[in-house]
Amino acid sequence: MNQPVETDAARQAAKKARDGRNLALALGLVAFVVLVFVVTLVRLGGNVAHPHV
Amino acid sequence: MTSDSAEMNPIRDSSETARWQDYFQLMKPRVMSLVVFTGLTGLLAARAPIHPVLAAIAVLCIAVGAGASGALNMWYDADIDQKMRRTRGRPVPAGKVKGEEAASLGVVLSLLSVMFLGFAVNWLAAGLLAFTIVFYAVVYTMWLKRWTAQNIVIGGLAGALPPAIGWAAATGSAPLNAWLMVAIIFFWTPPHFWALSLYVTTDYAKAGVPMLPVVKGARETRKQILLYSLLLIPICLSPVLTGLGGPIYLAVAGLGGIVFLLLAWRVFASKAGDAADPRAADRALYDVTEDEKAAGAKAARNLFAFSILYLFALFAALLGEAVTGVHPLELLK
Repeated sequence: MNQPVETDAARQAAKKARDGRNLALALGLVAFVVLVFVVTLVRLGGNVAHPHV
Repeated sequence: MTSDSAEMNPIRDSSETARWQDYFQLMKPRVMSLVVFTGLTGLLAARAPIHPVLAAIAVLCIAVGAGASGALNMWYDADIDQKMRRTRGRPVPAGKVKGEEAASLGVVLSLLSVMFLGFAVNWLAAGLLAFTIVFYAVVYTMWLKRWTAQNIVIGGLAGALPPAIGWAAATGSAPLNAWLMVAIIFFWTPPHFWALSLYVTTDYAKAGVPMLPVVKGARETRKQILLYSLLLIPICLSPVLTGLGGPIYLAVAGLGGIVFLLLAWRVFASKAGDAADPRAADRALYDVTEDEKAAGAKAARNLFAFSILYLFALFAALLGEAVTGVHPLELLK
């Protein structure tokens, strides 16, 4: 697991993999924010519609 | 690696070439898909009104929670996984992802899925999800799996709970019918896994995992498969007594149950697993011809394959009846 990666090709592969990981993480975070927003609307809407429930 | 060489080679670790797909593999996507299916069935079989967005959130949280426990399992079991052909390509033993990264991913996703389910849906569902994750990652992975031949029997509870989580998400409660769905998966697990273990015994023995065929032998395993199958079928039929399953479910459970028992009997009557049995030194008892070996492996494979189809068909029937509004039978009333 701890073998050094030294060639240009390997460096490029590492950069490509890192970019992919960063993009996946960014998309995950954006999706999470959107989900929290939507859930808030749904829960808030339900409470407004049924204030005594 | 020294600090000098680290400076010369800023890219020090092959895990830096890990793709996002490798991290996704840590979450055992195939297991996740089964968990999503059974959790969704529990949620819809409850036949309770739930906002579609909250239903989707509940299923997502169940999936992420299952994935989190898969990542924790892959972190802890990397040593075992490396020794078995079936698992040595997993991201941690293959060196694509560091063990500690898998552990971190598992912990973060566990907390996130449980908290989000609790805040968005309800805390009973979140509590059941938390219990499932802890049971799978700690009780099964860290304790039972390496300690007892009953590992997959008791540990199977973790894989069985998603329908109850789904039901709790929809209703805020977990009545008898939710636990019947849990019981179906719980009693299905031993014959399913032991059928598999009968033809991969040597792998488990090599890894030091005390699966039943390794500890008690193939003959005892075949007997246990038959006994659990005899228990499973009545449990699969019970939902038509309690107002959970309807006529389609009855047909699937009944006809599929007959085939299941037939295949379990064939495994029992075969010599499946004998060729790889560690007791093979006693040749008088365990001599197996090539034909018997092939027939035994075929019987075990057939049961393993059909068990997947049977569980899928049972839950698909419950799901289909709930979605289409087919009234459940209540033969006890």
